[in-house]
Amino acid sequence: MVQLLILSGKGGTGKTTLAGAFIKLSAAKAYADCDVDAPNLHLIMTQQAQGEKSDFYGMPKASIDTNLCVRCDFCRQSCRFGAIDNESNYTVDPFACEGCGVCEYVCPAGAITMTPAVSGELILYSNDSVFSTAQLKMGSGNSGKLVSEVKKQMLSAAAHADFAVIDGSPGIGCPVIASISGADMVLIVAEPSVSGISDMERIIKTAKSFGVRLAVCINKYDINKMNTQHIEVYCSNAGVDFVGKIPFDPLAIKAVNNGKNITEIDCSSGRAVRDVYKRTVELLFESKKRCEKCE
Amino acid sequence: MKIAVLSGKGGTGKTLVSVNLACAAKSSIYIDCDVEEPNGHLFFKPTNIKEEQIKVKIPFADNALCTGCRQCVDFCKFNALAYAGGQLKVFENICHSCGGCVLVCPENALAEKERIVGMTHKGDSGNVTVYTGFLNTGEPSGIPIIKKMIGENNQKRASLTFIDCPPGSACIVMENIKDADYCILVAEPTLFGVHNLKMVYELVKLFDKPHGVILNKCQDSENPSEKFCVEQRIEIIGRIAYDYELGTLNSNAEIAVRSSEKYKTIFSSLLQNVMREARHGTTINPKR
Amino acid sequence: MKIACPVDEKTMETGVCISFGRTPYFLIYDTETKQADFVDNSAAASQGGAGIKAAQTIVDKKAEVLLTPRCGENAAEVIKAAKIRIFKTGVGSAIDNINAFLDGKLSELDEIHTGFHNHGG
Repeated sequence: MVQLLILSGKGGTGKTTLAGAFIKLSAAKAYADCDVDAPNLHLIMTQQAQGEKSDFYGMPKASIDTNLCVRCDFCRQSCRFGAIDNESNYTVDPFACEGCGVCEYVCPAGAITMTPAVSGELILYSNDSVFSTAQLKMGSGNSGKLVSEVKKQMLSAAAHADFAVIDGSPGIGCPVIASISGADMVLIVAEPSVSGISDMERIIKTAKSFGVRLAVCINKYDINKMNTQHIEVYCSNAGVDFVGKIPFDPLAIKAVNNGKNITEIDCSSGRAVRDVYKRTVELLFESKKRCEKCE
Repeated sequence: MKIAVLSGKGGTGKTLVSVNLACAAKSSIYIDCDVEEPNGHLFFKPTNIKEEQIKVKIPFADNALCTGCRQCVDFCKFNALAYAGGQLKVFENICHSCGGCVLVCPENALAEKERIVGMTHKGDSGNVTVYTGFLNTGEPSGIPIIKKMIGENNQKRASLTFIDCPPGSACIVMENIKDADYCILVAEPTLFGVHNLKMVYELVKLFDKPHGVILNKCQDSENPSEKFCVEQRIEIIGRIAYDYELGTLNSNAEIAVRSSEKYKTIFSSLLQNVMREARHGTTINPKR
Repeated sequence: MKIACPVDEKTMETGVCISFGRTPYFLIYDTETKQADFVDNSAAASQGGAGIKAAQTIVDKKAEVLLTPRCGENAAEVIKAAKIRIFKTGVGSAIDNINAFLDGKLSELDEIHTGFHNHGG
């Protein structure tokens, strides 16, 4: 299965809208939303049937049995994450607790135990195509592992599929790093603003360190044509493939607000995304062919 | 007064709002907690920068004392340690710096060294003191950097502080709002926007934080975020109209309040609303 | 010598597991005694660092050779430190691959992937 991952660095550049368009254009039989913190793909890829839900367990959390607690304060002093509070009884803040087990180890009274904690929910839709997504419980950590679970779920349910589109998350941290593993190519959706360029450079640097094939496209390019030009020059100097640009399009917003795909209506962004798609896929399969020749 | 600016969805205008409100005030502190992709400094272009490296503690073994008993390997919940080829291996990117291995070692063979994960910059930009956090690329978590910046500023409760938060509602965002007196939720008028607004709304409710919404990029068409606020009776403390001029200023990293009289007026009035709501919110919720 | 191989079930005829770090079991085959030992992989349920923990398991079992379809860089670091050689498995069951190795038909695994960086997979 060939995997195309869509990232951006900066939030709000149009990853999900573009991912939705690519899924429709490629008739991909497998797709996933790896932005487990703030998933949006399901809002434009409406599913016919209910999905299969399963609990996702993060790191276990410590809990203190007040009846056994002798108030020695060793736990609070040893906790590196400030997760133990002694305002009245000794209690553990489940949001701050990282599940390290140090408090359980130092407690002389055996009052602390580590218990499994649900930190999210995985959802799998398998009809004509397979759609894997998840929702991280708010305030949770461990989004990286949930991202890997989303991909694993997709891979096992769609073993027959030859192409998958993966909608990623903003940022450069753990969930993004987790989504890059196994991707054959990363398409970065950039925005022509100073912030957007700065963020794009950081995600390019992150992705490059994993040695994955990269390409960049620009969304809403006409809001600042000078910055658009900067990005194109940057890509050429950095040896990153540039696959096209999409104009700012109020009709796109309207389409998305109605749960529609931009390829389903006649609009300038819908037309432009087709070209970006074509060039991305050409690059993706050309690099795969080259790899196969070497093996 | 500490005001956190968050949104759930990325790209709604957190930085636009926090930067411009900070500038509209007589004097303020701006803290950029989006340490993975910090943008505020691009607008402020601060001077007199003081840089500080942010470090975390990583264990290492004294091979002379280590007997290979492996208690540390067995203890580590994150699997950051392994013993092979007669040596202890520490996987630094995986270690959570909990200090547990050092505690369990029966030979006292483990000590901790420091590892740099990022840095903070403190600088000046006119009436605003600007703090920026930068996470080094490849590092998984920016929490130690955020903790440093917020912790350092905890003493300065008397000043007006704006905290520019990262997108989402995961633990990194939670870290930012924990000590905030008031939360501004920035919402855009899209289906994705309202979906993610609902999540941060749940988060501020969970932490019992006084809050209000600023609707950004408003146009004449239907606004699903406004509809949500009305339904849930969430205070709408301001509206910023979608405006080509503002978009251009923003894309060139120019601060609207400092470049345009029109926006100076708009954000000053917005700031007054925010301060009134924030004071009201903290009065009825004094423990915060 | 002892040969380790990640397997889907506790039999020699079962398939080789596609993941090293998250395999449910390891087969440890002793070429001298011809004994097959099946070990549970406690790393399978880990939040992160599964490759490292799985590698520690086979190091502790004193394996000298590992047969696997793939291996992440953290796991590889542990395995190589213990001077265990890694060979790439081909098609067929666990026993097929062990025989292929003994016949000298398997080659060493040189594409070590960047791993899932503590995030499962």
